[in-house]
Amino acid sequence: MTRFSDDKLAKVQEIIARYPDGKQKSALIPVLHLAQETFGGWLSPETMDYVAELLQIKPIEVYEVATFYSMYNLKPVGKYMFEVCQTGPCMLRGSDDIINYIKEKLGIGVGETTADGMFTLKTVECLGACGYAPMMQLGKHYREHLTKEKVDAIIEECRKSAAANN
Amino acid sequence: MKKLLLENDHIEGIRYFDAYRKNGGYRSVETALKLSPDAVVEEVKKSGLRGRGGAGFPTGMKWSFLAKPEGVPRYLVCNADESEPGTFKDRYLMEFLPHLLIEGMIVSSFALGSNRSYIYIRGEYAWIVDILEQAIAEAKQNGFLGKNILGSGFDCEIYVQRGAGAYICGEETALIESLEGKRGNPRIKPPFPAVKGLWDCPTVVNNVETLAAVVPIINMGGEEYAKIGVGRSTGTKLISACGNINKPGVYEIDMTISVEEFIYSDEYCGGIPNGKKLKACIPGGSSVPILPANLLLKTAKGETRYMNYESLADGGFASGSMMGSGGFIVLDEDQCVVKHTLTLATFYRHESCGQCSPCREGTGWMEKILKNIEHGKGKLSDIDLLWDIQRRIEGNTICPLGDAAAWPVAAAIRHFRDEFEWHVLNPEECQRRNYGLAGYADPIHVPV
Repeated sequence: MTRFSDDKLAKVQEIIARYPDGKQKSALIPVLHLAQETFGGWLSPETMDYVAELLQIKPIEVYEVATFYSMYNLKPVGKYMFEVCQTGPCMLRGSDDIINYIKEKLGIGVGETTADGMFTLKTVECLGACGYAPMMQLGKHYREHLTKEKVDAIIEECRKSAAANN
Repeated sequence: MKKLLLENDHIEGIRYFDAYRKNGGYRSVETALKLSPDAVVEEVKKSGLRGRGGAGFPTGMKWSFLAKPEGVPRYLVCNADESEPGTFKDRYLMEFLPHLLIEGMIVSSFALGSNRSYIYIRGEYAWIVDILEQAIAEAKQNGFLGKNILGSGFDCEIYVQRGAGAYICGEETALIESLEGKRGNPRIKPPFPAVKGLWDCPTVVNNVETLAAVVPIINMGGEEYAKIGVGRSTGTKLISACGNINKPGVYEIDMTISVEEFIYSDEYCGGIPNGKKLKACIPGGSSVPILPANLLLKTAKGETRYMNYESLADGGFASGSMMGSGGFIVLDEDQCVVKHTLTLATFYRHESCGQCSPCREGTGWMEKILKNIEHGKGKLSDIDLLWDIQRRIEGNTICPLGDAAAWPVAAAIRHFRDEFEWHVLNPEECQRRNYGLAGYADPIHVPV
């Protein structure tokens, strides 16, 4: 059942209160972030319908937003998503090598997830870390000045953290 | 040079209220609230401050366009959607000096009569949302936000709104649409946001650095601020430098230094790594024209080029570029201009909102053709075709994303056509090595 806990529902109310009365549709983007975090890292049609119901808007208004913004995943993704920047400034500092190394190391292509559901590799457009390139986003944070050794360490760190949580 | 924005960025704990306040923070709020809102606008006009997001429009003038119908709320929205490739200065300000932005927003909200102001931040800067929300909470606890600020009768709340990954939301009307919970499709102007913006109310959208600059303007007075810099490039500017340089990072400059000094001095970029030569540079974020080294360091007239709005634009697009957002991208002699332009074309194809056909279709065509040329499958006629497509995108779209996608392609062909031709004529060799500087002699000393 796709339902927020009471804590999360209170958070939704707090978000809605940021806008004038009747403008609760403005809460859509933040609430979709909350929904994606809560319901397995992606937005299923059920999740989107639930958000529509919460904000008293039509489901189509949620779908059109969810399909527009690149941070919303419309299919399931791995537990850890490597979002590696490939735009000019990162390319100048060797992002191609990093992307190829991750592909080789994890045995997957861009847009794919490892068979154990652990890692997804995605290429993304400029994330505003050009001075600290090459870089990737992992969850809420950036990993910068990437090298092959750093990539190895990050993969190891993810595996350890997954094992600790099991 | 005295820094106005980053003066205190090295102080321990400056991210938090106590250290920020101890080092002179929030003085501008105390000063401004004793003035009238119009007097604050007047100071900003006198300062000559120009929008730091990329367009360089005078901030005071933008503020004076704000409609003030009776009984209708007005809004200030901070554009923190920093997404222009090469640009990461707003991130630096928000991450390390969040109170500077909050202070600037309180003063600006007072000047514009906004009781509810928003910071629209790109979704990927997720951890900075927490930093800003903490700064807002601290400011509120200390009486600088909320009801009746410092007993002045002025009420103000600031909220942070996270985007979700869309470059187009840096365009102010797309940003407003997104803040209303919709797709980021830019609106047709007029009406301008100053008349009909957020929820159809009068709205001002300003960049992070612009709002932060209001703090020193109020502290020192608009006239004093205008004395810094040169001509219509007043005050200081943050430059985010990246690419093939020894010291990438965010630098505050006073717009009187030369481009050569900025690249080679140890105070700033520290030169090119491994003793390599400078090939080219995009001085103001990926949208502005790329310049070969000779035209970057000197104008077509042979004069020294400086790091300011006028000098960087000297020569128009034929031989100049733009200050833009201050995203300074340096390419060394080993870099391939075709490949670099291809990554930018991919970026703009990905980021086009799809509303206007010249941009939606044209950005995809340009990417495809560039991909062919880069991978040794291009024809000589493709270069003219690319030129033709970019020309038909420019000026034919609702918002400036079309222009932003067209300009990098146009400038790359304008200044590096021989490199495109070399790719077409040497399909196998271009897979193994780059054109380098072979066709450019000594790039720095080549006569224009």
